[in-house]
Amino acid sequence: MLHIVNKSPFEKNSLETCLRLSSAGSSILLIEDGVYGALAGGEMAGTIRDALADRTVCVLGPDLLARGIDPGRLIDGVEIVDYAAFVKLAVEQPKVQSWL
Amino acid sequence: MSEEFTSGTVKKFLYVNRRAPHGSNYAQEGLEVALIGAAFEQDVAMAYLDDGVFQLKSGQDTGKIGTKNFSATYRALGDYDVKRVYVERESLERRGLSQEDLMPLVYKDEDDDWEEKPLIHVVSAEEMRRIIDESDVILNF
Amino acid sequence: MSLEINGKSYETDEEGYLANLSDWSHDLAEAMAREDGCDLTDNHWEVVNFLREYYDEYQIAPAVRVLTKAIGKRLGKDKGNSRYLYELFPYGPAKQACKYAGLPKPTGCV
Repeated sequence: MLHIVNKSPFEKNSLETCLRLSSAGSSILLIEDGVYGALAGGEMAGTIRDALADRTVCVLGPDLLARGIDPGRLIDGVEIVDYAAFVKLAVEQPKVQSWL
Repeated sequence: MSEEFTSGTVKKFLYVNRRAPHGSNYAQEGLEVALIGAAFEQDVAMAYLDDGVFQLKSGQDTGKIGTKNFSATYRALGDYDVKRVYVERESLERRGLSQEDLMPLVYKDEDDDWEEKPLIHVVSAEEMRRIIDESDVILNF
Repeated sequence: MSLEINGKSYETDEEGYLANLSDWSHDLAEAMAREDGCDLTDNHWEVVNFLREYYDEYQIAPAVRVLTKAIGKRLGKDKGNSRYLYELFPYGPAKQACKYAGLPKPTGCV
């Protein structure tokens, strides 16, 4: 399953709930304001590091760039994907859950 | 969505509700869309997470805020053959609620002499993960 | 849109369903039915009244499948089947009976 989060974890609890309710082996993609959740110094960093043990966490590069977030500021292990990889991810996964 | 409704096979729909009932239209719309899906004889399950658990709080009375009291409509879920309503325990507990605070929803089991059976299942995060994974189509409200 | 009956005007939606539940009356139901060329018998009223009670309790008008099952439970199997209900309400039991009951179009009916 591909889980998509597009809201900042500092505004809404979508990322937190997504991390709690996604299974091992699933992929989590952060887009739009969701990318703020991947900041290494942020409150969610610990939970994301735990998730990285059995899930993939990606952020959409163009959304990072737009927000002035340097890749060096991200939690280690979080992957940066472009639009093509985003599409590939969505096609590969049979099901998608968008945490609005 | 029309493709899902017109194809011959029954798919497992999960309606994920994460918003409180009276501050926006999402809750009421989620419930109505779920009932429409159920009327088309799809396999419909409801999940209540985060503030969505407030939708099932007993004793809601909108008389003085001038909106329709659609909390009565949750009691129709059983008539529409929705037999699986899941509430995540952690979401309840974080809000200081327990199952006793929720409406006692039931369905009448046609195969068991119309015996009333409870509709709401309070589940752990672990069980909710499985429910999400096993659904074919997930709709969010 | 509106409905003119006995010199009074009632607001309706584009399909003729009453906009305000509180406008409903026994006479209005019979007048709406007459417009469709339908005379309401006791059998019709049984269904119309059932729908009004259902709405009062659940705040929705039930879809036809739900109505059929619930009627069967309340009034017996000989009435809780689509053949019987379609004979009473040829335009669709839930749709047509809800209109006379002053309810909105049923949830789950497109």
